[in-house]
Amino acid sequence: MIEAENLTKRYGDKTAVDDLSFTVVPGRVTGFLGPNGAGKSTTMRLLLGLDRPHRGDARINGVHYRDLPEPMRVVGALLEARAVHTGRSAYNHLLCLAQTQGIGRKRLDEVIELVGLTGVARKRAGGFSLGMGQRLGIAAALLGDPAVLILDEPVNGLDPEGIVWIRTLMQRLAAEGRTVFVSSHLMNEMAVTADHLIVIGRGRLIADCSTEEFIERSTEKTVAVRSPDAERLAGIVAAEGGKADPSGDGLLTVTHMEAARVGELAAAEGIVLHELTPRRGSLEQAFMELTRESVEYGRTEAPAAEPAAPAPEGGSR
Amino acid sequence: MTTAAGTTGTPAAAPAAPPHRTGFLRLVRAEWTKIRSVRSTFWSLIAMVVVDLGFTALAVGLTVAQWDDTDPGDRAAIAADPTSMILGSGFFLGQLAICVLGVLVIASEYSTGMIRASLLAVPRRLPMLWAKALVFGTLVLVLGVAVSFVSFFIGEAFLDSKVPVSIGDPGVLRAVIGGGLYLAMLGLFAMAVGAILRHPAGGITGVIGFVLVLAPLTQLLPGSFGDHVHAYLPSEAGHLIAQAHQADGDLLSPWQGYGVFALWTALLLGIAAFLLKRRDA
Repeated sequence: MIEAENLTKRYGDKTAVDDLSFTVVPGRVTGFLGPNGAGKSTTMRLLLGLDRPHRGDARINGVHYRDLPEPMRVVGALLEARAVHTGRSAYNHLLCLAQTQGIGRKRLDEVIELVGLTGVARKRAGGFSLGMGQRLGIAAALLGDPAVLILDEPVNGLDPEGIVWIRTLMQRLAAEGRTVFVSSHLMNEMAVTADHLIVIGRGRLIADCSTEEFIERSTEKTVAVRSPDAERLAGIVAAEGGKADPSGDGLLTVTHMEAARVGELAAAEGIVLHELTPRRGSLEQAFMELTRESVEYGRTEAPAAEPAAPAPEGGSR
Repeated sequence: MTTAAGTTGTPAAAPAAPPHRTGFLRLVRAEWTKIRSVRSTFWSLIAMVVVDLGFTALAVGLTVAQWDDTDPGDRAAIAADPTSMILGSGFFLGQLAICVLGVLVIASEYSTGMIRASLLAVPRRLPMLWAKALVFGTLVLVLGVAVSFVSFFIGEAFLDSKVPVSIGDPGVLRAVIGGGLYLAMLGLFAMAVGAILRHPAGGITGVIGFVLVLAPLTQLLPGSFGDHVHAYLPSEAGHLIAQAHQADGDLLSPWQGYGVFALWTALLLGIAAFLLKRRDA
């Protein structure tokens, strides 16, 4: 169980986390979603006692992280930024961490095997690829067999096989009754991994609900209809309270009406249908819509860049 | 990849982890693993031993070879405290390796990001710093005393024909062991600076610049004021412990000097501890 209460963190005059409160419960994968710069990593660092909040409180199983006597046996953490001495071998990295918690070498070997680093455990971590570094970070998180996992962007740098592996791992850990809190800026990844979502933008809470509900709520349902008699059908749909936008080639995009109803209306009027497909707006699109106002980087510059683009060309003449 | 997290099926959800606190001995063991498992330790210490012993042999050997051409005043100075001359010639450069390693031991944790893993393991933070200081200080002390002895015996052998000196002479044994004590304290001093600055290059430049350039330069300050400033600077006060006899101009006795060095180091470690506890990692 993770509890954040009115967490606030400022860096200079920039507020990274703004009065954020949420609870993460055990037994399911909770996704922590937000665009880059939304404050996900900062929030996780606050949970883990690496940064001090200006206001608010973060507790894990009812205790402040810093008060845990053997923290790695309770909380396993993977940070976004690397936390490995590049000159040390993977084995020795895990060994020195294990020694602080009184964890034996048997568990060390188990974890190395589990993340698939057995072959390279004696090699310097500095030479590791992004994916291998990520596996090493996950090994460190699992070392103490913790009941709570806090993972910051764990799929970063993993190949497709690695992504499936970590996804399965997280779901299994949650099924074992652990608290799994995982951040990502990729909506689609979270949609298939997380049972519950906590969405933030600019350090503020945007949504805290089940993944299903989030998808239901934030994506628009439409019906694609194709008919040789599209124009007449559009009129009928409109008359019955729906909205039909023709997009050419006999295709209509119907909103505010179920696919079944469209079919019934067509049948009643004897209109031939070539296609009748219920559709759901793209999740990624919905996520972008939802967080657009709170996006820190990118977006705001995009409109400005367009008119500015021809300028250097004109200047050179 | 078969069982998820391995050993246990369902974890205890309660916060009631093992009742005992993270033992300090465990942290000492972990810091020892850290320090022995990076190459910079190995190479810095090799450099220290080679440079120290090499320069002892070179400096003392050259002095003996040119003894007849040497200024009588210099001869008298060497004769007055040959131990200090022997030990000093090696330390002068050998200590640089300890400065470098001392800074790296902590600052490299910041430059690589390792500090985050370290602090996740020891969220109270300070025990990690103390364990690191204990392990590193002990390592340098043991090696420093050993090098100091070897250095003395090399110098003694060279000087035998001109200025016989023996480990049994008054103050000599203390000075030779003092050589190791000086290096150990210097290592902790450098570590404290590394912990405060959190930046390897900055820390190394700062410590070496101070020990090798700035501190000796204060000798040029005029009058009694300059003498006092110089005498109470950490490294200048500290290396008095490696002299068998107090020289005429020394304001502090060997142990007083070492005490001053220890106070400086304690002060910096205190600042380092305060900042470690306060700052975001």
